[in-house]
Amino acid sequence: MLGYYVDLAVRSLKRSPGLTALMILAIAFGVAASMTSYSVFRAVSGDPIPWKSAHLYVPQIDMWGQKGHRDGSSNNDPPDAMDYLDAIALMRDHRAKYQSAMYAISPSIVPPDASKHPINVGGHAVYSEFFPMTDAPFKYGSGWSSAEDTQRAAVVVLNGEINQKLFGGGNSVGKTVNIDGKDYRVVGVLDNWSPKPVFFDVVNTGGFTTGHEDVFIPFLRAIDIGMPNNGNTNCSEIPKSSGFVGLQQSTCVWISFMVELDDKAAAAAYREYLDGYARDQKQAGRFSWAPNNRLRDLHEWLDSEHVVPSDTQISLVVALGLLVVCLVNTAGLLLAKFLRRSSEIGVRRALGAPRMAIYTQFLIEAAIVGLTGGVLGLLLTWIGIHSVSWVLPKEIASLARLDIGLLLLTLLVAVVATMLAGLYPTFRASRVQPALQLKSN
Amino acid sequence: MQIKPILAALRHHKAGTLLIAAQIALTLAIVCNALFIIHARLVRLHQPSGIDEASLLVIGNQWAGKPGSDQMASLMAADLDTLRKVPGVANVYATNTFPLGNGGMALGVSHSPDKLKSVTTSGIYFADENALATLGLKLVEGRNFRPDEIGQLDRQGYVKPDVVIITRALAALMFPQRSAIGQPIYISAKPSIVIGIVDELRTPWVDTSFAKWADYSTLIPYRELTPIVQYIVRVQPGQLDEVMHRVRAALYAANRLRVISPKDGVRSFAQVREQAYRDDRGMAILMSGISVILLLITGAGIVGLTSFWVGQRRKQIGVRRALGATRHDILSYFLTENLLIAVGGVVLGGVLAIGLNLWLMKQFELDRLAPGYLLAGVVTLLLLGQGAVLAPALRASRVPPVEATRSI
Repeated sequence: MLGYYVDLAVRSLKRSPGLTALMILAIAFGVAASMTSYSVFRAVSGDPIPWKSAHLYVPQIDMWGQKGHRDGSSNNDPPDAMDYLDAIALMRDHRAKYQSAMYAISPSIVPPDASKHPINVGGHAVYSEFFPMTDAPFKYGSGWSSAEDTQRAAVVVLNGEINQKLFGGGNSVGKTVNIDGKDYRVVGVLDNWSPKPVFFDVVNTGGFTTGHEDVFIPFLRAIDIGMPNNGNTNCSEIPKSSGFVGLQQSTCVWISFMVELDDKAAAAAYREYLDGYARDQKQAGRFSWAPNNRLRDLHEWLDSEHVVPSDTQISLVVALGLLVVCLVNTAGLLLAKFLRRSSEIGVRRALGAPRMAIYTQFLIEAAIVGLTGGVLGLLLTWIGIHSVSWVLPKEIASLARLDIGLLLLTLLVAVVATMLAGLYPTFRASRVQPALQLKSN
Repeated sequence: MQIKPILAALRHHKAGTLLIAAQIALTLAIVCNALFIIHARLVRLHQPSGIDEASLLVIGNQWAGKPGSDQMASLMAADLDTLRKVPGVANVYATNTFPLGNGGMALGVSHSPDKLKSVTTSGIYFADENALATLGLKLVEGRNFRPDEIGQLDRQGYVKPDVVIITRALAALMFPQRSAIGQPIYISAKPSIVIGIVDELRTPWVDTSFAKWADYSTLIPYRELTPIVQYIVRVQPGQLDEVMHRVRAALYAANRLRVISPKDGVRSFAQVREQAYRDDRGMAILMSGISVILLLITGAGIVGLTSFWVGQRRKQIGVRRALGATRHDILSYFLTENLLIAVGGVVLGGVLAIGLNLWLMKQFELDRLAPGYLLAGVVTLLLLGQGAVLAPALRASRVPPVEATRSI
């Protein structure tokens, strides 16, 4: 029976090729536009570390009080980064399973080969616990030890790309790299690690950046040698003394902080600890306001930092709108097409076909339109994803991919949407009065 | 034209009529919001920065090997010398950032040292005595910096300039009643005397969240001694391309221990502008593409559905023709029918458009939709409807009266 219906549908669609082509094109464009924008949206709103994101938290402490909130922001949120004093205090108290303060650095590396120009790299100064906390994948070696943190050891973890550039991609553990004129011992090489969004430092990267995470060096070492902060510095007041040391004594915020907590109870305990810390600071006279802290998990944090660009969301909304219009369009055309065949339906019904059979026949016709539109839409989606770098920022466009999941979803959306559009026309077709149709001929 | 019989006929095609009207309504809602977004982005793309972009180059230079502050000062002076000697270079200065650079320093500006009472935020440009001439800024009042006023600033040091040059917009904001020249403003705990006012100079940020104070720029007489420095080069007319190649080679020949990115280390301002507004251009293209597809599909949908109706009603048309209706009567019947549906659609669509705009305003901080866009959308869709229905209507008008006597 199914084969027969498919045959009927194909015949019917062939009878009015222009209209069929129009329906298929409408579905194809609607689906392709939605799927292309969805692929971009999916890429930027994705979870960079799904197996662990529920256990990663970003603490925020209000070290500015009321004067920090004068710039219109009404939500009374504390600053989204940390000053040096509080970051160091939190590191010293060490209340989470893993924790790391970090800041963006941009040193230059002088290649051993004197004929080559120095290269400028990006990276972060972090604590040793950063690596187990973020599950950074090591290709060779490992992170440094907590003893090396406190010793301010001259060690470095390289990412894959810079290791390729400096050492041809080989196992460089134990070799030395000249960073800003000082020799550093390579302790580990990461396997081209580039999480999107850059979840451990969205404040400075905005989540998506064409910049690289090339090197990681111990936080206290970077502070000691005065390696400047390459990220944002926000101050609510001008620091009392100048220079890098002045910055460290100020309430200017420039340090990112992340902790790993095993469960809700641990998170509650950590929240308690933060409030206690703020109360202590108040008692010591540093803060003159009630504790105003936040402890957001990674999802809430990425949300509050607006990591998903609003243009991406608007595009998705508009593209979905296009899909809806295409469906309304298809519904109208199917309705006209189906009702035009009232006499055919009348004959079938009079010969004993139940309503269900009419339903099946016409829904199959809709599904064939949907499937064809979906296949064409898939092609257009592929073109869309490859040309999206033309209109969207490179760091975002390069994340959009056509994978098996999206491929199936495209076809599914096309077929289901078209069948939905065909539902009412089919219902109307099934209501055709056989007697009336037979009489009128 | 008799509207009553048309309405009566439409009642027989209730679902089809509603679907076309709904499609027109949705198309209108999306298209006029898209038009609005497109226009806003195009305006941004052509936002003047206040500088003479056509003859400027920017070089991003980073020192390797971590030189000290004194060393950096002499390296920078040597570089400025080197650049000045490159054939085709008219002027040059070193700075922290530049208009459309999307990065830099912002400080609160106040009438007193109290930071809490700042009047506005201002974008801070590091400048020397050559900055105005290099950028092509017009001094409308006061004087330029003197060479002896140019200070030096270490990394993480704090700016406390004795004198500043500000934009006309900032001067008008701070001193609405009198000339700003000779008046103190506070960007640090120390007063800075306004010595000059330039016509227009936008802050380095193009993001809309900075738009509130985009005209409030301050030039301070400092050279910033950081490993990363931007050289702004003014080129003799017509030599931009040649000079772009020469400056890189000249700098590396003078000193190898530096990084000038091979990709975007030397850029013309045309490139800077393109990169700064890349997202906006992309969004405008995307919205235009979607709008065109929408209009095409809606137009084609109207053609398709009307064609079916015409096919369905051939007999009735034949009867009308046999009873004396002219071809013109038939044509105008279908045109009016479409107009009625389209008007219903745009009324509903107008409401939807405003609703969508309100939602976008709330979610994404877009501006309120100007009525002009709604009007443009309404006119577009009505014309589109009439245009789309024309071909099937003409076909209908050619149905011969003899059709009345034929059975289906």
